[in-house]
Amino acid sequence: MLQPLLGGMIIGLAAGVLWFFNGRILGVSGILGGILSPTKGDTLWRILFFLGIFSGALLCYHFDPTAFDIAGLSPTRLLTAGILVGFGTRMGNGCTSGHGVCGMGRFSLRSILATFIFMAFGALTIGIVRHVLGGV
Amino acid sequence: MKLLFGSFLSGLLFSIGLSISGMTQPKKVLAFLDLFGNWDPSLLWVMIGAITVYSVTYRLGLANRSPLFSPTFHIPELKSVDKFLVFGAIIFGIGWGLAGFCPGPALTSLMTLQKDPFLFCLGLILGMFIFKQLRQWKAL
Repeated sequence: MLQPLLGGMIIGLAAGVLWFFNGRILGVSGILGGILSPTKGDTLWRILFFLGIFSGALLCYHFDPTAFDIAGLSPTRLLTAGILVGFGTRMGNGCTSGHGVCGMGRFSLRSILATFIFMAFGALTIGIVRHVLGGV
Repeated sequence: MKLLFGSFLSGLLFSIGLSISGMTQPKKVLAFLDLFGNWDPSLLWVMIGAITVYSVTYRLGLANRSPLFSPTFHIPELKSVDKFLVFGAIIFGIGWGLAGFCPGPALTSLMTLQKDPFLFCLGLILGMFIFKQLRQWKAL
């Protein structure tokens, strides 16, 4: 309980920093989307955000590689999942960070609904994969 | 310049938070989503911690007239619930439940140089381009 709570609080702080300093919502899919469809003068901060992510990741991986325990799924499954997540988060304008943390924290009706929907369909999907299809 | 510092710091804290929280362990995420199996509710604490801290800092920020390093707050403009939001969230949810990766943790895990996050991120970028193209062709 302590690690998830502490980690969650740091995630909230990260989103708070981006809001308090830069006036931006921390939505990973949106920040990435803005790099893939760049507008002039609105790209560099996004790149720096990802450089920050990569630096923190290297740091954490160095001190505790077990924090990145990979599930070891088939390449087809990983690629398919990635495509669905990329498509869905652009279509729905947000992912776990933008809707699930920032939107929920702002009590946005759209985000509360989106979070409820993606969690429900996430549960449904892994439920079907494991308990109907007998997969991992 | 200050703006760039702000986003770097935010990204740095974000990936540290994700790594500590357990969100970068797809097995754990899948166990959290697997309500019908051996459910592991521990990641609920991530949401509780993140939302609580953010809802306070969000309001603290708004209490200032502007962000510290930028002239204006970029408040999301969309207010109404539409089919894009609903179907987008459904499609995202299916992908999340399939592999246990969402964009932040997957991009963070790229630094481990393992093939799982790499394949997922390849799909992630592909999926974003497919949506963008369909929008440009006005197919959606």
